Amino acid sequence: MAGAKEVKGKIKSVENTQKITKAMEMVAASKMRKAQERVEAARPYAEKIRRTIGHLSEANPDFEHPFMVEREVNRVGMIVISTDRGLCGGLNINLFRQVLAEMRHWEERNVPVELVVIGRKAASFFRRLTDIKAEVLDLGDRPHIDDLIGTIKVMLDDYREGNADRLFLMGNRFVNTMTQKPESQQLLPVQPADDDDLPDHWDYIYEPEPAELLEDILVRYVEAQVYQGVVENVACEMAARMVAMKSASDNAGDIIDDLQLEYNKQRQAAITQELSEIVAGAAAVS
Amino acid sequence: MKIHVDVVSAEGEIYSGSASMVFVAAELGEVGIAPRHAPLLTRMRPGQVRVQQEGQDEVTFFVSGGVLEVQPHLVTVLADTVERAADIDEAEAEKAKKRAEEAMAEAHDRVDMARAQAELAEAAARLSIVQKLRSGH
Repeated sequence: MAGAKEVKGKIKSVENTQKITKAMEMVAASKMRKAQERVEAARPYAEKIRRTIGHLSEANPDFEHPFMVEREVNRVGMIVISTDRGLCGGLNINLFRQVLAEMRHWEERNVPVELVVIGRKAASFFRRLTDIKAEVLDLGDRPHIDDLIGTIKVMLDDYREGNADRLFLMGNRFVNTMTQKPESQQLLPVQPADDDDLPDHWDYIYEPEPAELLEDILVRYVEAQVYQGVVENVACEMAARMVAMKSASDNAGDIIDDLQLEYNKQRQAAITQELSEIVAGAAAVS
Repeated sequence: MKIHVDVVSAEGEIYSGSASMVFVAAELGEVGIAPRHAPLLTRMRPGQVRVQQEGQDEVTFFVSGGVLEVQPHLVTVLADTVERAADIDEAEAEKAKKRAEEAMAEAHDRVDMARAQAELAEAAARLSIVQKLRSGH
């Protein structure tokens, strides 16, 4: 029975692993729902602020903030959003692949790329390849906008000083539970939406100056976009982890089935051997 | 005559509906907004946003700042969830940069663990002395 006992031990250990992956799957599923709610909750602000920027650029078309002016591209900034933890399938790697492709695209045109990273995985991946301007780690499942402000400001300052002429946000988009798509989004310069039925000639009463207000609004706009990206990435992380853990649990089930078969065979073999020994013994005695 | 009001913060929608009158703590003082108000764009101070509806109780929110946009048929309150000040933002930016620099330095020459821990212990000791000295006064 020595062989059978060994197999029994293996079954036990795989069962324990399966319990863990099942638990992780369920935790990820419930966290994913919460994260999706947060993505939904963040949407109205982004929409409203975009509407206000649209109104503003219509009301006062002469005044242009540097964040809205298209410049010749000599340098590019990227904000990469990744997860802090692994065990979420190919989520991060798919994103990094696209980031690398984009970086190559710019570098072929002799445009250096500057990186700011959000999340531990991106930090450890890109640290080996290039210099990272700023990073923020350990945002957790419930990120807050105040944790992001500093990191974003580093990039915005770069943009203001002309160290970056375009700013991109790279993160995963939540398509559905099974699909998450890496996506690049242009943050700066902002392209205002001009779709409204407002009269042609009007202007705001500004308190204080329009320049200051526009600055306030644009900074908040960028922050809202990044925040939304981060929350969406959490939803993606949870969905990817849920799927990965589900397939891990399924695999564990298959392995247990195989091992069970193996165990039964070994047990059968042991019984057969014992029986034949008894029979042989009895034959020898009589 | 009604005006549509949206109160939103980056982390969620706070209020959306119609009102007969809205009061907001704007930078230059509290403003009352009735329907067909002239377009206005202003910063808000930390304070209350009050939404009045006919025949219903007044709804009140606290905002810690943000931007107020008024169109004749529309009021948008873009509320901040955090208190903002230039120096706080600056400090946060510095922190983010420093984290990256420290991490880079660590990647370039791996300080051995024991030495790092010794330094950490020393720093902690210094800190506790400073704190003791301060609390003594």
